[in-house]
Amino acid sequence: MIIIVILISISLIIAVGFLISFLWALKSGQYDDTETPAVRMLFNSKSADSKKKENQKN
Amino acid sequence: MIDQRSPEINEVVQDTACYHCGQPCPETLWFEDKSFCCYGCKTVFEILSSNDLCEYYTLDKNAGISQRGLHVETFSYLDEPNVRKQVIAFDSPAFSKVTFFIPAIHCASCIWLLENLQKINTGALRSEVNFARKTVTLDFNPQHTKLSELAGLLSSLGYTPLISLDKNEHTPPLNNKSLLIKLAVAGFCFGNVMLFSFPEYLGIDHSEQFLMRVFSWLNLALSIPVFFYSGFDYFRSASKSFKQKQINIDVPIAVGLLALFLRSSYDIITATGPGYFDSFTGLVFFLLIGRWFQSKTYESLAFDRDFKSYFPLAVHKRVDEAWKPVIIYDLHRSDEIRIRNMEIIPADSILLDDHAYIDYSFVTGESKPVLVKQTETVYAGGRLIGSPVRLVVDKKTSQSQLTSLWNNEVFKKVSESRYQKIIDKAAQRFTWIVMGIALITAIYWQLTKPEEMWLVLTAVLMVACPCALALAAPFTYGNMLRAFGKHQLYLKNADVIERLAVIDSVVFDKTGTITHGSTPEVKFSGELTQEEFTIVKQLTSSSTHPLSSLVSKSIQGNSSEVLSKFKEIPGKGIEGCVANHVFKVGSAVFVGFGGCLDHDASHVFVSIDDEIKGYFSIRISVRKNLGSMLNRLGKKCVALLSGDNESDKERMKKVFNPNVQLHFNQSPHDKLAFIQNLQRSNHKVLMVGDGLNDSGALKQSDVGLAVTDDTGVFTPACDGILHGSRMNDLDKFIHLAKSSTTILKTAFVISFVYNAIALSFAVTGNLTPLVAAILMPISSISVVGFSTLAVNYAAHQKLTS
Repeated sequence: MIIIVILISISLIIAVGFLISFLWALKSGQYDDTETPAVRMLFNSKSADSKKKENQKN
Repeated sequence: MIDQRSPEINEVVQDTACYHCGQPCPETLWFEDKSFCCYGCKTVFEILSSNDLCEYYTLDKNAGISQRGLHVETFSYLDEPNVRKQVIAFDSPAFSKVTFFIPAIHCASCIWLLENLQKINTGALRSEVNFARKTVTLDFNPQHTKLSELAGLLSSLGYTPLISLDKNEHTPPLNNKSLLIKLAVAGFCFGNVMLFSFPEYLGIDHSEQFLMRVFSWLNLALSIPVFFYSGFDYFRSASKSFKQKQINIDVPIAVGLLALFLRSSYDIITATGPGYFDSFTGLVFFLLIGRWFQSKTYESLAFDRDFKSYFPLAVHKRVDEAWKPVIIYDLHRSDEIRIRNMEIIPADSILLDDHAYIDYSFVTGESKPVLVKQTETVYAGGRLIGSPVRLVVDKKTSQSQLTSLWNNEVFKKVSESRYQKIIDKAAQRFTWIVMGIALITAIYWQLTKPEEMWLVLTAVLMVACPCALALAAPFTYGNMLRAFGKHQLYLKNADVIERLAVIDSVVFDKTGTITHGSTPEVKFSGELTQEEFTIVKQLTSSSTHPLSSLVSKSIQGNSSEVLSKFKEIPGKGIEGCVANHVFKVGSAVFVGFGGCLDHDASHVFVSIDDEIKGYFSIRISVRKNLGSMLNRLGKKCVALLSGDNESDKERMKKVFNPNVQLHFNQSPHDKLAFIQNLQRSNHKVLMVGDGLNDSGALKQSDVGLAVTDDTGVFTPACDGILHGSRMNDLDKFIHLAKSSTTILKTAFVISFVYNAIALSFAVTGNLTPLVAAILMPISSISVVGFSTLAVNYAAHQKLTS
């Protein structure tokens, strides 16, 4: 029966780990802005063509 | 294009329109075969075109915001050390961080543009937009660029930052984060405690006594953080309300939680039972969810602004023959200041220059710009229209006529405490009933079975915990808040709904509320060909006179004719020669019109070769469909308070019912006093206004709603912000708020029924942990479900139809 106690303590430790990682994510501001990153990831990185234009401008 | 500048002064060649903003170009800049009126517009186009975002122009031709007349210099005050210190979040010699609030952020392109600032200004290192909050956080190197340059750059792109020294305005509420942490801890513990409690309910073999004890102790351990951390607010609030000798909803909750925790701990420590820890942790978890649900905030809106956010932070003051930016609070009597086009006058001052047009529309409600002559007083809050002027400060900002309104005591007291919430009234009654039942039960058991008295008594207190009752209000109001928001009424918090429900008098402001604030109706009477119209546009767009710009805006299309001999005669009109015809645009006297016209509108006459062709009448138009809304409000609509003169009285009489009082020439103080008078005769007043002059009335009233057509612009301190297009639904909003009270009361009844069932178990001594574990979630879920469905149904019925 002791095995159940060991398993439960392991599972609790893992669960507490997840709780702590969630709290860390919350405190480090990962939930501060839930809208902008969704838009930001759709922007294309600059193509070579448009870089040329910018060089001309300068 | 050849610059055909002829010797005459003021003559401008105008045959091109800016590709970005559509304005005529005085000095055309060329880029990729497109013409631009200024460097700013060209820059915006360059950035957009080099990144294939030109679709922006195909969607809406000349959609950009004109960049002309915006100076980087405007922000030079940001480099003053004491201003800089307050604005900047982090500062070191080579790295600084600043967050600007930019109301103009509205689409993905905005994010894109603002996050690529480092490509335009090498001093900028990184920028990050928060779309919901409409802020951009900039990392920059102060050795390479100045703060004022960055603000100026943003402004030149059309994203003028709104800078306020009031730190609180756009920082997110911190308690929301700590609430989430509490919620997370409670949820985690609740889940685990429930798992450890299942074996007991599912009938674990009682030979496994050892395992049972392990589970029980684990439950106790997991409940400790819930009791001391997540649920702590309830105990603090309850003890506070005891000190004030008032019972709020947190008192019975705290008593219930305490009973649950102590009883369960006792059961486990003495090994007499498995305890009720699953009910306890679940209760705290559900209660916190309710709190979180209700705390919905509109991050990009500010509900507590005063004149400070409307006024400029700094102004140019003459110091030893040079203009230096100073913070407006450092202005003193007899300082000489300079104000440019579209800037706000920061303090009551005396005009040094010949004349100036001042737009007081936001301060007094007076819709037409006022002509001020030399040595006359210009009042704080007015906006200068036209060429720059010099002024001498007469009164300090805080003592100016308008700003003295904020010295009124209305702005000092915290007004929320006036109203006793429905939930607290219910809680009071509830608490006394429960105490009575507990006492009777205790006496009965003491007489019959004294050894079980304590067990039964704690059981009664446990189930008396009004969990469902406490959840009903947050979910009803939280859902209501969201339903309002969906229909463009943004309320400050859930308490406003309760106050909105009991409104019996509605008071309106005129300008900007009943009428459109900024877009006057321009109508032309007479005959002009399309070609002639465009020439009139060409003429008027060269003038800074406020009426000229309105006429210019109302005409579509651009003329390709060459304009010569352009002359502007201040106070009279403008004239110019196009294709050998002399065009005159201006006042009746200027063109020689002798007739009589109605006085409630401004008129601009047009003559060609001294023959009068007709006139533009410019009037501020009344919002559409207001009549039916005012009819439905009926007797609730009490008065109209306007800072404007009586010229609009006849028109307002047509809009309002005859029994509505119409007051004109109302100062901000008069408006406040009017609301106070109504309240003295026991009316619950809803004030609907929009300007700074309504601030006192909005604050004094039971509910103050600010009307705006653009939620990004300034709104005075208020309880809610209503989008201008939803004005005609105002009565429906009040109705919906009323029905939320009904829904709330029904939810109370449901939760009382559950409490009664649970109590019947408790008083008879049959409340096992299993019964508690079943009843508690069912009651909570049914109350939450009921209020959510009922609110959405009511909102659909009332607002969508």
